[in-house]
Amino acid sequence: MKFKISRDALVPVASVLAALAIGAILIAAQGHSPLEVYKVLIVKGFQSTAGLQATLSKAGILIMSGLAITFGLRAGLFNIGAQGQVLSGALAFTYIGYRVHGLPIWIHLPFALLVGALFGALVGGFAGYLKATRGVHEVISTIMLNSIMAAVVDYLTQNQFRLKSQPNTRTPDILHSARLPHIFGFPTGFIVAVILAVVVGWIFRKSTVGFELDTVGKNRNAAWYAGISVKKSIVLGMLISGAIAGFTGGMFSAETTGYFVPAFYSGIGFDGITIALLGRANPIAIIPGAIFIGGMRSAQSAIQFQAGVSPDIINLLLALVLFFATAPLIAKMIKSNAKSITTTSGWGS
Amino acid sequence: MKRFNIKIWQLLLTIALLAIWIYSYIANTDITNSVVASGMRFGMPLALAAMVGIMCERSGVINIGIEGTMLLSGFTGFYIASWSKNIVVGLLVAILTGVLTSFVHAMMTIQWKMDQIIAGTIINILASGLTSFLYKEGSTIPNSWPIFDIPLLGRLPFIGHAFFTQQGPIQYLGLLLIPAIWVMMYKTRWGLRTRAVGENPGSADTAGVSVIKVRMINVMIGGAIGGLVGGFICLELVGSFSKEFTAGSGFTALALMIFGRWNPMGAFAAAILFGLAQALSTQLQIFGVTNIPNQFITMLPYVFTIVVLAVSAGKVRPPAAAGRSYEKEQA
Repeated sequence: MKFKISRDALVPVASVLAALAIGAILIAAQGHSPLEVYKVLIVKGFQSTAGLQATLSKAGILIMSGLAITFGLRAGLFNIGAQGQVLSGALAFTYIGYRVHGLPIWIHLPFALLVGALFGALVGGFAGYLKATRGVHEVISTIMLNSIMAAVVDYLTQNQFRLKSQPNTRTPDILHSARLPHIFGFPTGFIVAVILAVVVGWIFRKSTVGFELDTVGKNRNAAWYAGISVKKSIVLGMLISGAIAGFTGGMFSAETTGYFVPAFYSGIGFDGITIALLGRANPIAIIPGAIFIGGMRSAQSAIQFQAGVSPDIINLLLALVLFFATAPLIAKMIKSNAKSITTTSGWGS
Repeated sequence: MKRFNIKIWQLLLTIALLAIWIYSYIANTDITNSVVASGMRFGMPLALAAMVGIMCERSGVINIGIEGTMLLSGFTGFYIASWSKNIVVGLLVAILTGVLTSFVHAMMTIQWKMDQIIAGTIINILASGLTSFLYKEGSTIPNSWPIFDIPLLGRLPFIGHAFFTQQGPIQYLGLLLIPAIWVMMYKTRWGLRTRAVGENPGSADTAGVSVIKVRMINVMIGGAIGGLVGGFICLELVGSFSKEFTAGSGFTALALMIFGRWNPMGAFAAAILFGLAQALSTQLQIFGVTNIPNQFITMLPYVFTIVVLAVSAGKVRPPAAAGRSYEKEQA
């Protein structure tokens, strides 16, 4: 699964251009100037120092959620429920973050992140368990778990975890000992995300576990024949994928939000899908895509205020990028022979 | 009845449900009728959406994109109906949108041989992106489809009121369409070809059946049904379009399809059961019998879906070729 720079790298770039072109038509059809919108995107997302900081901070989070999806994809699992795992990880992190007093930062922060990852792993692992033992396809179970977790988290934020002194629904503030410090204004989360990407890459290239998961992802029968426990791999793959997603939720709370409101986290898990597929499930190759999408997301609100276009344009643009990058339209045109990504097609367990 | 392949537990469940129905019908006819009727209203869109899955999967194409198909066609159906002030035009456009969406899906999965799960997911993400960006508040349609009683059937004792009164035309159409799909699938040449292509495309190809053609057409018929469901929800049941109105029901439909073993009548029965459970829980909530927090009520269909799959998925056998694109063997 080497990502050859040359033709293969052209596919995502060409996809972005194609998406921007179609997006321009749709923006113009609504009576706005597409150039204006794209100018805001570039200026807000990538030009100023503050813009770049916001972009990289968001990109760090998106690299992590992209890694969660990537980890599953490599094991042949399509974890489209990262969103629910992000939410449960984030709420668990926030709870530890505001509830546990008197710990130094180097214990409190890692501990809270660990709990966040654990809760993400529980949700993801449950889907993996259902697939391994009951034959429930992870795409359906994780989508359902997304909605279930959204409801659970909403209930908890409105009741047990609610900061009663505030009129709007939110949790208390996370203590400073569980907040992520910035190093010279550079978003620390981005560095953590890159390190995590390298670690995930290492797992798949060098470790036995990674090799087993990769083999199961590529050819389940061959893996079984080689004596690898497919069921164990499915549970483990979903467990770790969920853990990364839960960790992502914790990191976002620690670096950016500072307290928990469910709406803060919307889209993180779904952008992870786009990023993982853009980077063809290669842990390092997803980084540029994540920076690009991070820029679009951090400029999203400015688009509404400055260009007067619905911020949903970003969702549309990203959907188009994903379509062009995965459907072999463009790949055929520029004669790239990058292999397309496959999940364990079929309903079989 | 080998074709229905009824198991003992299914028979017992049916008898138990009938007994409960008869008992409550005698005890309180009005409430029972209204619960069953509302169960039909909850269940019919799911049943029809499950037919989309059956049409595709019986021919060997997994369609995760039902959700997106419904969303897009509900969108175009509603806004065209609002713009043209004509719900018939709206419904036709909804069906056409369904066909076009599934054409894209068919191109990706059958012609380009993309991973079918990823292709469906892309349809969903595209539909959600398009409809949320183009969404405009404040549009209305001139009227919803009229609600009427079917003359003779509506007066049948026991089932008449629940099934044949106070519904719109698409709801009644569903009662015809689902058995029609069953007949098509098991009694016609096309159905035989469809199942052959879904089970063993290699043999079907050898026997002179064009695998690609059968799959393309089935996926697009499925798309037409998906478009019908989108129009059904936005123009008849709800009468408006709201962002993400599908709310996962496309996936629930897939679960019901699996629970009904890829059989149209089985999926229909599963969808009605599902609808009844939902109607009952809403009813209990309204009458204050239970006082469960709102969030847990909204959660119910999703929990049911997982339970339904956990009970059935490991025990049923999907069409053997579902999920695999067909490569003709080179001579």
